[in-house]
Amino acid sequence: MSAEHLHAGEPAHMINDPSGTEGPWRLPSQRKVGIICLILTESALFTIFVVAYLFYIGRSLNPPYPAQVLEFPWLGSIALFSSSATIVLAEIMLRKANRFGFLIWWGLTIALGAYFISFTATEWMHLIYGKNLTISTNVFGSTFYALVGLHLSHVFIGLLLLSTVWLLTFFGKIPKDHHEHIEMVSWYWHFVDAIWLVVLSVVYIYSVHY
Amino acid sequence: MSLRGTFLSLVVRVCGVLCVLTAPALAETAGLEYPMRRVTDMFKPLSRPAEMISEAAGVVLLICLGIFLVVTGLLVFIVIKFRRRAQDDGREPPQIYGSTNIELAWTVIPILITVVLALVTSRTIGEIQDMPMPANALKLRVVGHQWWWEIRYEDLGIVTANEVHIPVSDRDRAKATPTHIVLQSADVIHSFWVPQLAGKTDLVPNKTNETWLDPYETGVYFGNCAEYCGTQHANMLLRVIVHTPEGFAKWVASQKTPPPAPQAAEEIKGHGLFYANSCINCHTVDGTVAEGVFGPNLTKLMTRQTIGAGVAELNDKTLWAWVDDPQKMKTGCLMPDMQLLEPEVDAIVAYLKTLK
Amino acid sequence: MSDTIIDPNFKAPEPERVGAERGSLTRIVQELVFTVDHKKLGLMYIGSGLLFFVVAGLMATMMRLQLAFPNGEVLEPEVFNRLFTMHGTAMVFLVGMPIIFGFANYLIPLMIGTRDMAFPRLNAFAFWVFFFSGLLLYFSYLGAPGLYAAGSAPDVGWFAYSPLTAKAFSRGHSTDYWTLSLLMGGIGSIATAINIIVTIISLRCKGMTLGRMPLFVWLFLVVAFLVIISMPPLSACQIMLLCDRYLGAKFFDTQAGGSAVLWQHFFWIFGHPEVYILILPGFAIANEIIPVFSRKPIFGYPIMVAATVMIAFISLTVWAHHMFTVGMTSMGNTFFAISTMVIAVPTGIKIFNWLGTMYGGKLRFDLPMLFCIGFLFQFLIAGLTGVMLSVAPFTWQLSDSYFVVAHFHYVLIGGLLYTVFAGIYYWYPKAFGRMPNVKLGHWHFWLFTIGFHLTFGPQHIAGILGMPRRIFTYEAGRGWELWNLLSTIGVLIQIPGILFFVINLIYSYIKGKKAGDDPWDAWTLEWSTTSPPPEYNFAKLPVVKSRRPLWDAKHPEDPDWKFE
Repeated sequence: MSAEHLHAGEPAHMINDPSGTEGPWRLPSQRKVGIICLILTESALFTIFVVAYLFYIGRSLNPPYPAQVLEFPWLGSIALFSSSATIVLAEIMLRKANRFGFLIWWGLTIALGAYFISFTATEWMHLIYGKNLTISTNVFGSTFYALVGLHLSHVFIGLLLLSTVWLLTFFGKIPKDHHEHIEMVSWYWHFVDAIWLVVLSVVYIYSVHY
Repeated sequence: MSLRGTFLSLVVRVCGVLCVLTAPALAETAGLEYPMRRVTDMFKPLSRPAEMISEAAGVVLLICLGIFLVVTGLLVFIVIKFRRRAQDDGREPPQIYGSTNIELAWTVIPILITVVLALVTSRTIGEIQDMPMPANALKLRVVGHQWWWEIRYEDLGIVTANEVHIPVSDRDRAKATPTHIVLQSADVIHSFWVPQLAGKTDLVPNKTNETWLDPYETGVYFGNCAEYCGTQHANMLLRVIVHTPEGFAKWVASQKTPPPAPQAAEEIKGHGLFYANSCINCHTVDGTVAEGVFGPNLTKLMTRQTIGAGVAELNDKTLWAWVDDPQKMKTGCLMPDMQLLEPEVDAIVAYLKTLK
Repeated sequence: MSDTIIDPNFKAPEPERVGAERGSLTRIVQELVFTVDHKKLGLMYIGSGLLFFVVAGLMATMMRLQLAFPNGEVLEPEVFNRLFTMHGTAMVFLVGMPIIFGFANYLIPLMIGTRDMAFPRLNAFAFWVFFFSGLLLYFSYLGAPGLYAAGSAPDVGWFAYSPLTAKAFSRGHSTDYWTLSLLMGGIGSIATAINIIVTIISLRCKGMTLGRMPLFVWLFLVVAFLVIISMPPLSACQIMLLCDRYLGAKFFDTQAGGSAVLWQHFFWIFGHPEVYILILPGFAIANEIIPVFSRKPIFGYPIMVAATVMIAFISLTVWAHHMFTVGMTSMGNTFFAISTMVIAVPTGIKIFNWLGTMYGGKLRFDLPMLFCIGFLFQFLIAGLTGVMLSVAPFTWQLSDSYFVVAHFHYVLIGGLLYTVFAGIYYWYPKAFGRMPNVKLGHWHFWLFTIGFHLTFGPQHIAGILGMPRRIFTYEAGRGWELWNLLSTIGVLIQIPGILFFVINLIYSYIKGKKAGDDPWDAWTLEWSTTSPPPEYNFAKLPVVKSRRPLWDAKHPEDPDWKFE
């Protein structure tokens, strides 16, 4: 692919150039557009699971009900939201070409993400064995595990992407001008965090009285 | 008469002849004195909701027909007038990019048509769905099963299958005696569709729907299940028998009269077999130990016009064939082949024929 | 301003043709399996789609044979039920979607003056995911034996309403093949859609602002957005159904408080935009062909774009018109009836704009235009029966009847398939360097058209007379016999029509008249390169100044950019 396509920026300016053929031709970066499309499509997927969760609130025929089993996931959420901050710091390191600093902060992001997964796993163990809530117990169980599980799977994939970047950087395999590629991985990670905000609001804040 | 009309009346006549030639329907069958309305044309409504739909549909059809003629006319005109002639000079025609005025015209006119359609539609929807039922409306409940209809008249204490019996109403709203039907399902989604009496409404499990009929004329109205519900969806047929008020009262009385006790030896033998076997696990015969609800209530079986939810007319032959092996008549249906020997079938059929 | 698209000093190498290397079958297979070239992938998409079309069409033929006479005994009920499920599923997901993606893949890079799609490897991945999803669906005939009456292919209808799909009512694995195949295919569709969006937004050649793209490209941009928004609901449905069937979840378990209607909402939130995803590419093709064969630019380009965007947005709000009989409130029914009527307005505008394009032109009735005119007539009928169905009370009678079957076949065959035929005949010379045979094309057109109307016209009447859909047989005396018989006879006329089409494709490849770069005297960038194009598409990437760059090149005294 020739280099003239790897542009970032706005489309051509037209005022003094009605034929639009003078001056630089700038189109949005394909990587950015690609990630935005991925985020849009994943948002549509999550929306359906959120709608299903909201629809079935209060409609379980048998316990356990949300009020009886849900505990606000403080530590996990703090970890996940902090990882959005650490990933921003990692990117700042990247722009300063500080490889060591990048590896530290990026690594911290991965650690926080991994902690989130283990935290959720512990929560689920407690729900399944302690409170007898499984995906097949009632409609609350079905919609809860499906929605939180879908998010968890995205965290997991995100961790795979983050780890790949970390390893490649560690072994010096990423070219200098590929910082946009890494930025796109971080956008995905921020998206995963944003979804967690939605899940928190819908599951742990809104439905916690039902 | 149109070609279609001629053909249809020929078909109806042939069917009538065939009905006579095959084994005659049993004497106890209810509803045969009314006209058989087999051809269920939605534009020949004989009930108030169906009539409301037919009128609205007629308006819409006319509007759409008008649009069709105009646009097709335009297309034909353009194709003829602007075709490239053989002696064409090869020059390109004037390159027109568009015209705001014309665009406006052919945007505004469709919007106006849409407004008309929207008004007709919302009025008809409200009229049909939100029509209050008078106090004297007959109430009944239809429960859909894979592949038969359970009909319960809770106020009258009657449970039957596959045929809905109702009294005729009146075109004059002041004198109307409509029927209010509650629709439920025991398994998957079905749909209650008797075109000449009303639009269709689905029977959805875990949901209670309702519909209403308000027939103007007596008759046996044909209908179908109209939501794919599995293997024998095609044979989940429906008949609504609209009686005169006297006829309906007679039917109710006959349904509440218990069937006579078996007299003949065959009948008694069949009775014994029926109650000793698993028949009673699925079927109900009122006032006996047979209290199964998985299959149709058989108390007044012989008063029905069809067997197997319409897969065949009910007569001696078809009854025998059904009891012998229902899978041959309605493959995949939920009554298994009971592996009965022929004498057993004879006996059970003899007993069933007392259920009238 | 070095703006020549064709450099007179450049000598293009002899154009490659797929299969040119006779005698090295391995080479051909290798190329097909490993290619990331958008043109090869495009042809592979269309080829696979046409193959599945023939298979699904044969299934329809069998169904029509069963329904030709009342109390038919050609097929067992279970077989029939599997046939209509597979026919519908295959036609939507294995014929419609791949063919439209095939056209997009082949043409978009050429039309916007670039060398390939944005993500060529993703492109190849998406194709093979689709292809395997098709094999998976049909494997169900072999791979899913099960319990009594539960084996073999799925038999739950192409929209698989719950709770019929619950383990209790669909034993065995047949439903799972449906679920997994569609889940897989959905991934491929979303990947292709993302590829299309990124290509169109980020790879246009210099000077091609959004307002100068061919309408074909515009419509695919809109289609791709619809895909990425509306396919996830289907994926969500499949995931929930799998959870229900294998993990005992209660999403649609009505005994446990689940809602059967929820499946319908989620499915049709996908399903309705899906039908616009299928038909908008048909419009895209018509938008290219009608102007060229009328010798005029498209009438009202900005309005056509606006109408398309409107259709896309409104299509996300009409889904419950598939659910008018399910027992929604009168408020709900009224809302969806009105939103459905509203979408008819921009759709109607498009028809008028096409007529406006033809008006005052010099119409040439070559094969592509012939099929486009058929499309206009038939899509008009389809749209009008759609308007009738938007009137909810009308649908209370005709939902789930043969009237609906007739409506959507008029849309999909009369509309989409005709434009697909038009597009194949139009771009065949570009892809293969040969002209399609006109005589065979006429036989195709007339046989198929007569057969098509004979099959689906009478089905409107059968529906009005109360014939429900998805029934494997019907009793005599209901007044349905004549219409079913006519319908079946129509199929027997369509089949030779399709045969002529297939023969034409093969014959023209071998013996067709050699086509130059621009056999139709058209105006968009794909006609500026050789037929077939070289792998890199253009010797030099073009620079455009208007919507019709080749018109500007051919008519320097009267270029478009002076008037736009």
